[in-house]
Amino acid sequence: MSLRITFITAGRILRQLLNDRRTVVLILAVPSLMIALISAIMDAAPDVFDSVGLILLAFFPFMMMFMITSITLLRERTGGTLERLMTTPTGKLDLVGGYAIAFGVAAASQTVIAASVAYLFLGLETAGPAWAVFLIAVVSSLFGMALGLFVSAFATTEFQAIQFMPVFVVPQLLLCGLIWPRDQMAGWLQGVSDALPITYAVKALTEVQTNPEITAAMWRDLSIVAAAALVATVLGAATLRRRTN
Amino acid sequence: MPPTPEAAIAVDDLVVDRGGQPVLKSVSTRIAAGSVTGLLGPSGSGKTTFIRAVVGTQKVKSGTVEVLGRPAGTKPLRSRVAYVTQDASIYPDLSVKANVAYFAALYGRSRSEAMGAIERVGMGDHAHKLAANLSGGQKTRTSLACALVIEPEVLVLDEPTVGLDPVIREELWDQFRGLAEQGATLLVSSHVMDEADRCDRLLLLREGRFIADDTPADLRASTGTANLEAAFLHLIRELEKAN
Repeated sequence: MSLRITFITAGRILRQLLNDRRTVVLILAVPSLMIALISAIMDAAPDVFDSVGLILLAFFPFMMMFMITSITLLRERTGGTLERLMTTPTGKLDLVGGYAIAFGVAAASQTVIAASVAYLFLGLETAGPAWAVFLIAVVSSLFGMALGLFVSAFATTEFQAIQFMPVFVVPQLLLCGLIWPRDQMAGWLQGVSDALPITYAVKALTEVQTNPEITAAMWRDLSIVAAAALVATVLGAATLRRRTN
Repeated sequence: MPPTPEAAIAVDDLVVDRGGQPVLKSVSTRIAAGSVTGLLGPSGSGKTTFIRAVVGTQKVKSGTVEVLGRPAGTKPLRSRVAYVTQDASIYPDLSVKANVAYFAALYGRSRSEAMGAIERVGMGDHAHKLAANLSGGQKTRTSLACALVIEPEVLVLDEPTVGLDPVIREELWDQFRGLAEQGATLLVSSHVMDEADRCDRLLLLREGRFIADDTPADLRASTGTANLEAAFLHLIRELEKAN
């Protein structure tokens, strides 16, 4: 692994992203608009918005990173550039690291905008500090990236890659406690929920919401998300083959 | 086949299967350093598979491929061997300059070296265009610039001249010759026989086997034909008779 090549790769991926102005605008603006919409829907119940809006702050970067990573990497695989890169000094981890840095920057920018809008204009309130929310959102987005990387190996077209969303992203949204409290789900479903990493991102956010101080429970939940991101990255890197048929 | 010390690429009994079908059926050859070798054959004969084995991206069933004395595709070779794929492997959402500068940077080469390579393939006027908006030939030349910029010791090109303007094709072949004179080893696949005469040596691939491995002049002489197209046909007929 070479740090120099990792940063060159990250620079290239960011440049690709910046050349696509429309996508940049969508990435930066859509989460804020959606959270504003949710806030208007829950107009009469600001305390409900405090928990739902907060969860969305971490969920959007996760979903966005999953989508853009799976599609960009699929393009690398099908467009021949991945094969070409595998004949250059670029290591697999350089490539994955480049993606993590580039899309991590994108996810962080998105989160800063969405969190600013939520805190300053939509009246979002948390007992704990905003930086902890930001940190949880960025770690969740890296998990999304790693999952997208892994999934791109199983799609042969962009259409298929999009179809993986309902399989890998939607269940985590439904079971993380956003639409229904986890302790009121069927027992077996709680077990499934326990196995999904985004559940722990939500638990960490709940800690920030209710405690003015950073708690040990928050660090524990956040480490679980980080560990899941690491495992998915290793699995994803394993799908990058230097030799193929 | 006796080993020649100056061989830049040495292939022995290479067998490759794809999807259960044999694509290369035990091929062997030696490619001399500082030469241009043409890999000719109809489409589907296994040219791309052979090339991918040389750059180390193809899974092989058996046999060995050595480049510059090391197993193909191993780490030390990745900064010395460049590969230009058949379809231009460049990023459509980056400009010509950004594409070449990226590949240049991976090898520690500067942006001015990248511009030099862009000029050499005649893309200087289009350097700021997005690759997505280029014609097929322009994409091919951009892809080629991404390989030329690293000044590789071994340059492997898969049908680099398809769809190119004859003038540009001529210029590229002059460049290939120039690189070989500076000591680089080039392996160029083509299905256009009129390019064969520009090579030092020819490998004729048909149905996964080399049916000739010779210089253009010797190939014409041994088959008693005036042009290489006729020589290729002659060899195929001889083989069919023998079967």
